[in-house]
Amino acid sequence: MKLIFEKSVPGRRALRTIGEGREQQRFAFPPELLRDAPAEMPELSELDVVRHFTALSRKNFGVDTGFYPLGSCTMKYNPKVTERIGNYAGFAYLHPLLPQLPGGEMMVQGALGVLKEMDRVLSEICGMAAFTMQPLAGSHGELTGAMIIAAYHRHKGNKKTTILIPDSAHGTNPASAAIAGFDVQTVPSNEDGVMDVERLREVVDESVAGLMLTCPNTLGLFNRHIREVAELIHSVDGLMYYDGANLNALLGRCRPGEIGFDIVHLNLHKTFATPHGGGGPGAGPVGVVEKLVEFLPTSVVRECSDGSYCLEYDRPKSIGYVAPFYGNFGIILRAYAYILMLGAEGLARVSANAVLNANYVLAKLKEHYDLPYDRTCMHECVLSASRQAAGGGVRALNVAKALIDRGFHPMTVYFPLIVPEAMMIEPTETESKETLDAFVDAMIDIARQAADDPESVLACPTTTPVGQLDETRAARKPDVVCLP
Amino acid sequence: MPFIANTEAQQREMLSAIGVESVEDLFADIPPELRCTGLDLPGGLTEQEVRLKIAAMAEKNSSGLTNFLGGGFYDHFIPAALDAIVSRSEFYTAYTPYQPEISQGTLQAIYEYQSAICRLTDMEAANASLYDGGTAVYEAIMMALRITGRRRVIVDETVSPIYRKMVRSYTRNLGIALVETPSANGLADREAIAAQIDDDTAAVIVQTPNFFGCIDDVTDLGEMIHARGGVLIVSSYPIALGLLKPPGQMGADIVVGEGQSLGMCVSFGGPYLGFMATRKKYMRKMPGRIAGRTVDAQGREGFVLTLQAREQHIRREKATSNICTNQGLCALRALVYLSLLGKQGLPELARTCAAKADYLRERLLGVPGVTLRFPRRWYFNEFVLNLPVAADRVIRGLFNRGMAAGFPLGRYFPEMNNCLLVAVTEKRTKEEMDFLAHALEVIL
Repeated sequence: MKLIFEKSVPGRRALRTIGEGREQQRFAFPPELLRDAPAEMPELSELDVVRHFTALSRKNFGVDTGFYPLGSCTMKYNPKVTERIGNYAGFAYLHPLLPQLPGGEMMVQGALGVLKEMDRVLSEICGMAAFTMQPLAGSHGELTGAMIIAAYHRHKGNKKTTILIPDSAHGTNPASAAIAGFDVQTVPSNEDGVMDVERLREVVDESVAGLMLTCPNTLGLFNRHIREVAELIHSVDGLMYYDGANLNALLGRCRPGEIGFDIVHLNLHKTFATPHGGGGPGAGPVGVVEKLVEFLPTSVVRECSDGSYCLEYDRPKSIGYVAPFYGNFGIILRAYAYILMLGAEGLARVSANAVLNANYVLAKLKEHYDLPYDRTCMHECVLSASRQAAGGGVRALNVAKALIDRGFHPMTVYFPLIVPEAMMIEPTETESKETLDAFVDAMIDIARQAADDPESVLACPTTTPVGQLDETRAARKPDVVCLP
Repeated sequence: MPFIANTEAQQREMLSAIGVESVEDLFADIPPELRCTGLDLPGGLTEQEVRLKIAAMAEKNSSGLTNFLGGGFYDHFIPAALDAIVSRSEFYTAYTPYQPEISQGTLQAIYEYQSAICRLTDMEAANASLYDGGTAVYEAIMMALRITGRRRVIVDETVSPIYRKMVRSYTRNLGIALVETPSANGLADREAIAAQIDDDTAAVIVQTPNFFGCIDDVTDLGEMIHARGGVLIVSSYPIALGLLKPPGQMGADIVVGEGQSLGMCVSFGGPYLGFMATRKKYMRKMPGRIAGRTVDAQGREGFVLTLQAREQHIRREKATSNICTNQGLCALRALVYLSLLGKQGLPELARTCAAKADYLRERLLGVPGVTLRFPRRWYFNEFVLNLPVAADRVIRGLFNRGMAAGFPLGRYFPEMNNCLLVAVTEKRTKEEMDFLAHALEVIL
């Protein structure tokens, strides 16, 4: 399909958005400050633009299109009502500098109320003392958490250099820890698929600043020794960091703060149903226990004695600012609406059905694919295509592409790194049994075909606008822009 | 139950397929002493109730003030077609394009976005976007350190103080020497910067139009830092680039900025869009997702995420950044916005903003006691006034007349207590500007 720039017709334009008034006519900049020529943006009618992007959208697959069991990404349904609320004019047209003006706080009481209420409900859900809404994405929450760990140890005069991270962790964990100035040490998993407590014991010493843990982990497994792990880390004044990527499994059943964690980041775009937007924007609020509240980013929303809300800036131990203002407010607002609709009972049903759906898929598929860790899983399960790969050469990637031809978005493949030919399936609670059955049938059909006629699986996908694309060529001879 | 499809009968069927009695059995791995006993939460609201409740909260905000607040975040007009296009759920309910065959919409849009940013900034490569302008400045600094192998950067005071405080937080644990130079009469102080550049200086970071609204041709600063082997980072305002000389023509090596003005509401602080563009030779040092054009086995053109060897899921702690995705939907908004404005509309818009600001400036300077803080400068759509009284007092007075008259600079620059930063977009009418001038005169 042509690029939008290639559709340009000189002289054509869309609806004019501005009129020219008399006050504009006599103004001119000196030529040396100006562009030599207008930037080469497309020249199109409004209909041209609408058709172009409608055509592009039809080459996409979203949750509204079909089942999207992308493991570790929690692709649940994004309610339409939260989109509506997210666009309320009373918030959309509210300038973020307004509360920084004298008397301005009183003009944004509704927005500050949303932030404060979210602090309260997320603290309740996670068993934390307070939350910051500033982090703009999950990985940004990790970085914020790691910066809080650094600030805590700096304040206490601890000489800490190392963050421990299990080998099953997301790549963002080590990258975030490194940016907060830490060395990263990897802790291996045991034969049960969870972090090996004995190996952890060997590496915990006075240099350990903290442990970053995804719980349940990326295999979808809950570490039964979590209390012991926390005691070990706390024994050297280390901090326990909870990567909330997988909180969907624990909603209403277990609170990170009560099982030994000190810091938690959440992905509102996963657990709390805000859209993934083709890669963002998300939001990654961070909660902490009481002893870390003073290190949270500035500003924080406070409730005054008269019941009004204000922003507190004078926080000498704070890590400072990780966002220009108060976080991705539009996303926070959507998640707030979602939580209000669910309430405590609804949230517990989320985890129940997320875990039920994952175990159902696991039970139906474990005869047909290898199962590296045969345990009850939580919100997602990890299978392996090792058997198929060794047989007819059908690898996890080929299973994924074959699913595309059968109308499904594939699962996550080749992650976690510790499972060969990994296929990580997260159905989420919003999917029905009929959808899961159809998916299971497709997976079984692919397994059968991988044995009987592997060539036909290897040829997938065949129903898409393009086939498998040459990624090596893309990286070797990068073509990343179209310039005039 | 909201957003759960399976009936109780189906749930029982599924439990029996799994071979357990109840859902509770599936949580057996969580020891009983680690369970919580229920959450103390409000809620369980219906759709109607939640809409009413949050609408009532929205009404507690004064979002209807006539707005002359800017400071890097601007209230531009957003065409209806833009919202209609980005409301397509194929865009907003998809995730990162891990499976390119069913993500060509997102991927081509990112490629087109990258192209639009390069055309606007006059650069050669762009990434798929970052969280916001401040993060983009920080990421540009880290990129400059990778390019040069040095540890020292100079940030000029005319770079947004909001970005600078973010950069201070981000770099605190990294052993980077962050030098902030004072400004000189509204522009980057050439002498102060020259005095600070040494052989360990990785970058000079400047902004144009800068935080005070002044247009600063930083070509000379580019020459200055290049002579010492460092790079020039320029933060800019994309609407202004519709008219003004782009940073690429001033010798910039990395151009960044806040893309909110390209079709995003001010939204009380986010979501926004950090853009980043660079020279081809530095492309592999750039952080963030990048879409590239390639072909499939049949020679059909398509798009993929590329140069992933820089990224955290492969490089882990050695990655160029911890950033995992991009601001996908915001980048799409920027692309659609630029496409709707088009080659003619964008400079027209920029000229309108500048001309309206010029009109308001003249009107306000006609008020006795009001002067320009930085005379003999060229401004785009924002400028700094000296008032005869504290800016805070004026702000309060104009609030009462339904206006957010600007930003009192004393908050970030203690010596500027009487200074007001005033911004104008195409949305402000002549009547609103005349009323501001009139009201200011009454107050003073």
